[in-house]
Amino acid sequence: MKIISLLLVLLTVLTMLTGCHGIKTAPAFEIPESFDESKNYEITFWAKNDTNMTQVDIYHKTIEDFEAIYPNIKVNLRLYTNYGDIYNDVITNLATDTTPNVCITYPDHIATYLAGENTVVPLEELMKNADYGLGGKKVKFDSPKTEEIVPQFLNEGKIGGIQYALPYMRSTEACYVNKTYVEKLGFELPETLTWDFIWEVSEAATEKNKDGSFKVNGQKVMIPCIYKSTDNMMIQMLRQLDAPYSGEKGEIEFFNDTTKELLCEIAVHAESRAFSTFKISSYPANFLNAGQCIFAIDSTAGATWMGSDAPLVDIPEESVADFETEVMTVPQFDVNDPKMISQGPSVCIFNKEDRGEVMASWLFTQFLLTDRVQIDYSCTEGYLPVTTKAQNTKEYKDYLSRAGEDNDMYYRVKIEAAKLLMDNIDNTFVTPVFNGSASLRSAAGELIEEVTKAKRRKQNTDGAFYEELYSEINSRYHLDQIEVSNNGGAAVKASMGSLPAGSLALIIALCSVWLCILAYILFSRIKKKRK
Amino acid sequence: MKKLLVLALALVLALSMVACATDAEPEEKVTDAPKATEATEDEEPEEAVVMSYEEFVAAEIDSEVTVETYIQAKQGHWTDDQGVSKATFYTQNEEGAYFLYDMPCSAEEYEALTEGTKIKVTGYKAEWSGEVEIIDAKFEIIEGDQFYAAATDVTEYLGTDELINHMNKLVTFTDMTVESIEYKNGEPGDDIYVNFTKDDAAYSFCVEMYLTGPDSEVYTAVGELAAGDVVDVEGFLYWYEGPNTHITAVTVK
Repeated sequence: MKIISLLLVLLTVLTMLTGCHGIKTAPAFEIPESFDESKNYEITFWAKNDTNMTQVDIYHKTIEDFEAIYPNIKVNLRLYTNYGDIYNDVITNLATDTTPNVCITYPDHIATYLAGENTVVPLEELMKNADYGLGGKKVKFDSPKTEEIVPQFLNEGKIGGIQYALPYMRSTEACYVNKTYVEKLGFELPETLTWDFIWEVSEAATEKNKDGSFKVNGQKVMIPCIYKSTDNMMIQMLRQLDAPYSGEKGEIEFFNDTTKELLCEIAVHAESRAFSTFKISSYPANFLNAGQCIFAIDSTAGATWMGSDAPLVDIPEESVADFETEVMTVPQFDVNDPKMISQGPSVCIFNKEDRGEVMASWLFTQFLLTDRVQIDYSCTEGYLPVTTKAQNTKEYKDYLSRAGEDNDMYYRVKIEAAKLLMDNIDNTFVTPVFNGSASLRSAAGELIEEVTKAKRRKQNTDGAFYEELYSEINSRYHLDQIEVSNNGGAAVKASMGSLPAGSLALIIALCSVWLCILAYILFSRIKKKRK
Repeated sequence: MKKLLVLALALVLALSMVACATDAEPEEKVTDAPKATEATEDEEPEEAVVMSYEEFVAAEIDSEVTVETYIQAKQGHWTDDQGVSKATFYTQNEEGAYFLYDMPCSAEEYEALTEGTKIKVTGYKAEWSGEVEIIDAKFEIIEGDQFYAAATDVTEYLGTDELINHMNKLVTFTDMTVESIEYKNGEPGDDIYVNFTKDDAAYSFCVEMYLTGPDSEVYTAVGELAAGDVVDVEGFLYWYEGPNTHITAVTVK
């Protein structure tokens, strides 16, 4: 009996240890009574820049200024140039509890991070804390109050009704138009671009001379319309038509007839080479600046790369064409009810066992919303500050009023891009966020990419093509594994595959234990009977 | 009492098992799911005709192409948001070079695709910012002979139309003068952009982090270059709006 008991104890302990491996869950964060400024904290901040060294400099300056106010907090910066890399690295580090403290991210990504327990700190209580909250009494800098954050932008950080992120910068998409070529083709730009207008002008621009060059630019290359983010293209088109995309609880709704009609239309212009995408051809800005594109649709946060006089250019100087750039809202289906996506970086805080460390992270996060940081960073691109406090400063208004004074700080295209969002805040929207919404977004764009590639490759898109495409995309992005949830967000089911060796060993161990128990009981009974 | 103890232990054991089952979700993002590679095995369409390099050059963009080529270098094995593992390969045969962008391959296949390995590749010819590449490719390893490209000195073609004919090849440029080096993020860790001049013309090359990362000799060597240094450069003649060689070695003169 003693041996069996010993074996059981050993097995149990081993199993418990194995069960705990890889799961490090910090307790839910509770705000401490006070922030201990006599204790030193070191926090990490994972930030994203748009391959823009001015933005990098601003991050460094921000940290320097913050550390001067709170000398007991050291902030270590890690720089990224795309959101996808941050997302992948966070996912990798979640299992080992080595996530950063503060992280620039998208709400779609946070929804995935939340699959772990207490991973991301809910911000409501922190925001309204009288001492350390937004505009709090003991905050040692001029932080904005909650009501000074643009409400639409603030709401975008709510997942399942809980505030998990604060907005850092906001942008939307714009259509950067080569107005010179539009007029050369005999068209006049309307007040608001429509999809019909885009397709009509784009088709006209595909006309060629006998030598194979394009009539409009005399060059061998012309892709009249290039879309950078086909995810956004599909999402905005559906929203503009009031067609379903996804439900609040994670329902997948975009495999519908409207989507098919849109894809059929896009296919026509992909086949004629009037339309292409970033993934297929390259950056819209490169083609626009070379006079090889008329409608370049990209983020307002990419405005400094757009136009003949753009301060940031990726093509040889001698290839830059001379033309007039018009900054317009993305094409619409209904000019009386324009709709455009709201996007841009948000900030979240990862939970840690040391509550003081989380408080240090929270103070730094607030610092990112101060006027100095907001104005400086927004001026690097066509971003908009997320606080009305910063937007209403004399300094920012002065900046906006000086569009075109130079081709650097006051680059006209950049400032017009920021104004475009400012004038259209009420026309912006975001899509529901849930665990799996990031995949859904990619899938929406992939439909356009696949149709465009198919037409360019002269493949047949008749018959069952679209049904098969829906099925393929559904499976490729595991959309059929997104579970609809009633508590404010969906969850992705664990993918089923063969059992890992460790799990298999545990199951064998469990079975062995039960066998031992049964054998012991049987042995005891026999022994009793014999007595 | 003993029975109770045994039962209690068994219960704890069962509960421990439940605890083991909680971290399955993140696995989804990192699982190798060589969907496209599996398709290679499953579909096996009619045997594609292998093209010569001349035929490949003549083929239209977006057309299907099949070539036999040899791995010269590889970079960035990763798993995309669809769970597909893929990597990018610099390949070359006796006639010319082919850049295989984001070709689906499992971790095991990536390991097997060592320098010199011969492969048969079928995919689509594409052009991205001037770089001609093969995308959406499927491959099979051909056992047998191997090929290691010798670097071609193309210095004399700088600034001429001839240079583009050597796209993607392993090449060398001699006596290039360093104008500046710039880390993509302002600090070591990401790509390094290197600006050279040669005969008063400027050229922008790159140390591609995924090919030769911060731990590589060339990354350190390039990071230590100073304006005015004269160097010989070896690398793959990548194209991005013009020649944008991915540097694999530098020799300071």
